[in-house]
Amino acid sequence: MKQSLTATAIALTLAFSAFSPAQAGPAEDLTAFQDHFKTAFKDVPFENFKDGAYALDEKLKAQWEEMEEFPPYEPDIDAGKKIWETAFKDGKTYADCMGDIKSIRTKYPYYDADKDTIMTAESALNDCKKAGDGEGFTDKEGKPLLNKGKIAQLMAYIAMENRGGKIAVATPEGKAVDWYEKGKTFYYAKRGQLNMSCADCHTSNAGKMIRADLLSPALGHVTHWPTYRSADGEITTLHNRFMGCNTMVRAASFKPQGDEYKALEYFLTYMSNGQEWNGPGSRK
Amino acid sequence: MRKLFRILFISASVSVLALSAGFSSAYAADDAKKADEAKATEAKPADAKPDAKAAEPKKEVTGKDLAFDRAMGNCLACHMIAGGELPGNIGPPLVGMAARFPDKAKLKAQIYDARVANPNTIMIPFGPMGILNDEQLDKVVDFISTL
Ligand code: HEC
Ligand code: HEC
Repeated sequence: MKQSLTATAIALTLAFSAFSPAQAGPAEDLTAFQDHFKTAFKDVPFENFKDGAYALDEKLKAQWEEMEEFPPYEPDIDAGKKIWETAFKDGKTYADCMGDIKSIRTKYPYYDADKDTIMTAESALNDCKKAGDGEGFTDKEGKPLLNKGKIAQLMAYIAMENRGGKIAVATPEGKAVDWYEKGKTFYYAKRGQLNMSCADCHTSNAGKMIRADLLSPALGHVTHWPTYRSADGEITTLHNRFMGCNTMVRAASFKPQGDEYKALEYFLTYMSNGQEWNGPGSRK
Repeated sequence: MRKLFRILFISASVSVLALSAGFSSAYAADDAKKADEAKATEAKPADAKPDAKAAEPKKEVTGKDLAFDRAMGNCLACHMIAGGELPGNIGPPLVGMAARFPDKAKLKAQIYDARVANPNTIMIPFGPMGILNDEQLDKVVDFISTL
């Protein structure tokens, strides 16, 4: 494990050196990461990156705003509110374990030193449900379902209640840096049969067209989840998007709320510090 | 452990290849098949019909077919090519190729493994990744050099 972390760290330094000086810590990475997009998209106001590809193209943005007039995720917010208010088998509710609903979005993701893991909002909700119901979010067959369905609906309600807050992930320190590095490595490593990294599409080529799709900048990637995608016809989580992008390059995808994607979410959310939380979102 | 990537250094360059453990061969990529069409083919929207060719097996596959096929070259994802619709613009338009690459071997080398010329390229290493075999590469090269 240690050895492989070292290997990936070296690999990362090499892969990353094209973008920023080696030896940079998280805070320096953050500045370099955001500066890249500020420079590449001089005309895009910083606060607009939360709108993804729509921040880069007026015409697409107009179509999207039209779609947002009758938000496709509205039924999911209603369904999520019911889930939030329904008591568990033990009589407790989400509020009992998550606290004030308005405090949730800005709290996650964070490094939990006791558990030595990244706590995401979804993993915390799943833990609550496990404690109260004896089982977490599952599909009809009883298998964990953490990238869509009820957990996404619950998150849609929570995100709506938390709109307008700013992303403010604390600068990783101590053992949190290992998780940060794991996420950063994931972001910059080439993978899959098509041999592409997240950065290839969402840093180096953000703003370019891949076939008919305008590639969104990674800055702002985490702001608007869960998201209703017309292509999917349902609301899904950030980790579902990670799975989709991994599959696209013919790489194996990982489990939603597994360590790989939690680390990636942690890295990407820190990189988006200062952006506004504006979930739930809609995309074509 | 299953989930750890194997990181291989391809050269002393900045190019890093991370293969996931579940990775299988060329187009038999089961993950991609099982995955929801919309997602798996996001970079290659709706009109992709992978089985179209199976339906008419007698017609010989041309270099152009291979270059345009979303499951094969899918060069249009990144390059403007005359006769292809909805091209991307990640790579340069493929025009004047005979003049730019008078030596077909050089053109083939670029398509076989673009990392040799640019270690950090986004262009897919079609040869080493087993996406196009030698015969297919030659066909694609012949087609591209007519552009
Ligand atoms: C082959 C190119 C490609 C690669 C590699 C890729 N993506 Fe994407 N990604 C896309 C496309 C195309 C879209 C849809 C258009 C858009 O919003 O960028 C997208 C969308 C996304 C979105 C949603 C953006 C939004 O505004 O809702 C996120 C988040 C994302 N990708 C993250 C990643 C991460 C993390 C990785 C690496 C694990 C990755 N992508 C790898 C092509 C890619
Ligand atoms: C994911 C993006 C992508 C795909 C897919 C792709 N390319 Fe490229 N290609 C590039 C980029 C970017 C360059 C510019 C040089 C570099 O960065 O490697 C390039 C360069 C080239 C060049 C050199 C052009 C010149 O004038 O020097 C040729 C020829 C070429 N590609 C052919 C192809 C062919 C043929 C295919 C399909 C079989 C293909 N490419 C698929 C991205 C791509």
